[in-house]
Amino acid sequence: MTATDLLAARVTALSRRFGDKTILDDISLDVLSEEFIALIGKSGSGKSTLLRAIAGLDHGVAGSGDIAVPRRVSFAFQDSRLLPWKRVLDNVIFGLEAPDAVERGRTLLQEVGLAGRERSWPYELSGGEQQRVALARSLAGEPELLLMDEPFGALDALTRRRMHKLLLRLKDIHRPAIILVTHDVEEAVTLADRVLVLKDGQIAEDLPVVADRPRDVEDPELITIRKTLLQHLGV
Amino acid sequence: MPISDVTEARPTAQRPTTPASPAPAEAASAATAPAVTVPGPSSTRLGPVSIRPLGLGRKYPFGWSYGIVALLLIWSVGSILGIIDPRTLPAPWVIVETLWYQLVEGRLPEHMQASVVRAALGFSAGFAVGLVLAVISGLSRLGEGFIDGPVQINRATPGLAMMPLLILWFGIGEDMKIITIALSVMIPIYMHTHNGLRGIDKRYIELAETQKVSRWTFIRHVIFPGSLPGLFLGLRFAVLSSWLSLIVVEQYNATEGIGYMMTLASTYGQTDVIIAGLVVYAALGLALDSGVKALQRFALRWRKTIEG
Ligand SMILES: Nc1ncnc2c1ncn2[C@@H]1O[C@H](COP(=O)(O)OP(=O)(O)OP(=O)(O)O)[C@@H](O)[C@H]1O
Ligand SMILES: [Mg+2]
Repeated sequence: MTATDLLAARVTALSRRFGDKTILDDISLDVLSEEFIALIGKSGSGKSTLLRAIAGLDHGVAGSGDIAVPRRVSFAFQDSRLLPWKRVLDNVIFGLEAPDAVERGRTLLQEVGLAGRERSWPYELSGGEQQRVALARSLAGEPELLLMDEPFGALDALTRRRMHKLLLRLKDIHRPAIILVTHDVEEAVTLADRVLVLKDGQIAEDLPVVADRPRDVEDPELITIRKTLLQHLGV
Repeated sequence: MPISDVTEARPTAQRPTTPASPAPAEAASAATAPAVTVPGPSSTRLGPVSIRPLGLGRKYPFGWSYGIVALLLIWSVGSILGIIDPRTLPAPWVIVETLWYQLVEGRLPEHMQASVVRAALGFSAGFAVGLVLAVISGLSRLGEGFIDGPVQINRATPGLAMMPLLILWFGIGEDMKIITIALSVMIPIYMHTHNGLRGIDKRYIELAETQKVSRWTFIRHVIFPGSLPGLFLGLRFAVLSSWLSLIVVEQYNATEGIGYMMTLASTYGQTDVIIAGLVVYAALGLALDSGVKALQRFALRWRKTIEG
């Protein structure tokens, strides 16, 4: 009991198949509370499949295994997925049933640097701004576990760096555990406490990253980890 | 440094380890290609920016009225020059006079009221039924199984072809008229709303699932607004189709209504009254349509379309 108190998620012997192709093959994974995990792997290696399984979004996909997650789980998609017919603030608090939802939404918009845009329509925002709204929304429910599937993949390098800083700041405030799927090795080593490599349906590598933040990509530890990761990706 | 920011992990990582291998060299030259191939200022390969806008461009003032004004001009000139026989088509000002006379001295206001009430009753009934059926069959597979087949059959039958049967069932009174209108309204409302409901992006469904919203919240905040574009499309067809059915049913044993007025005028050879009736039909129909359009613009103001 006490052991699982410190866990934000536990995946046990998880398998997933599409047709006769086994995508996830007997994966087990413990995520500690407030831990930041980066999940990398080649395109098609099953990162999204794993994340969607943890989120419970994979209705009807064949497979087995157990997944234990906290009550409050959020998901951040690669596209911002804002409801186009809702104004920015209403998007942030979509699904939030707290009486102080509006207040909380405003605070979050402030935190992501979008104070004053509450009444804008999504189409009036830039891609990066939309992604920030989506980030605010994924934190609105005060999740204990935040699942992110390449949320910055569509952003330019500069905006992506800003988003990294923002994400770390928000994580300090809201303290969720995070699983971030990415194919950007640099993103993985600068952000995560632990980097997992998904390969042939299994977690081929599980590397802790202990360097202090903010991290310098030239840090020898990070360079070593990056090398290992790139080898796994076959680069 | 900025280059390694935008390129993928591959070239960034390989550069330090294998500087002489062909892959990074290729990547580097690809990344700097524009700088290399930009020719000197004397080159003839450079020209002004040539993007042709493919949107619709700026709006003309009163653009919607150009065709109407042109028709009115032809009509007036034809009447003045005597090219158009007044027994075939009286001059525009004669129509205006007739309209005025019918409005002030004649029974036109009564007829208009009768027609509008009839259309409104039929429209409301058809709208309500079409919407309810669309929601049931749009949101549940079982509902679709029961509802969609009959509606499709009904759709394949021209609405007015049902009239003989409806007359047998409901007589030639007001009921039959309203039901005929309702049926013709129900179909477009059902079709377009159902399409709208089924066409909602699956990604939004996933989003609602991850936000753990209740089924009711999901319907109210995702399904309903997501199907509004379809609903409005149906609405615009429905408004015009109720108007169309109106003109037909009013020829059957009516004692008032614009259609009745026109049928009567036809037996007396009053071309000007017939045209006046047409003008009233058109004016009311257009007014209704632009009302729906305005409503649509407001309800769908979150959309960015070619209309601008
Ligand atoms: N709904 C599906 N039906 C059939 N096959 C699928 C389905 N979803 C995913 N797959 C397959 O499962 C494999 C893993 O897909 P997944 O989306 O998890 O990859 P990924 O690691 O997220 O890749 P990427 O980095 O490109 O997003 C792929 O080979 C893909 O073709
Ligand atoms: Mg993926």
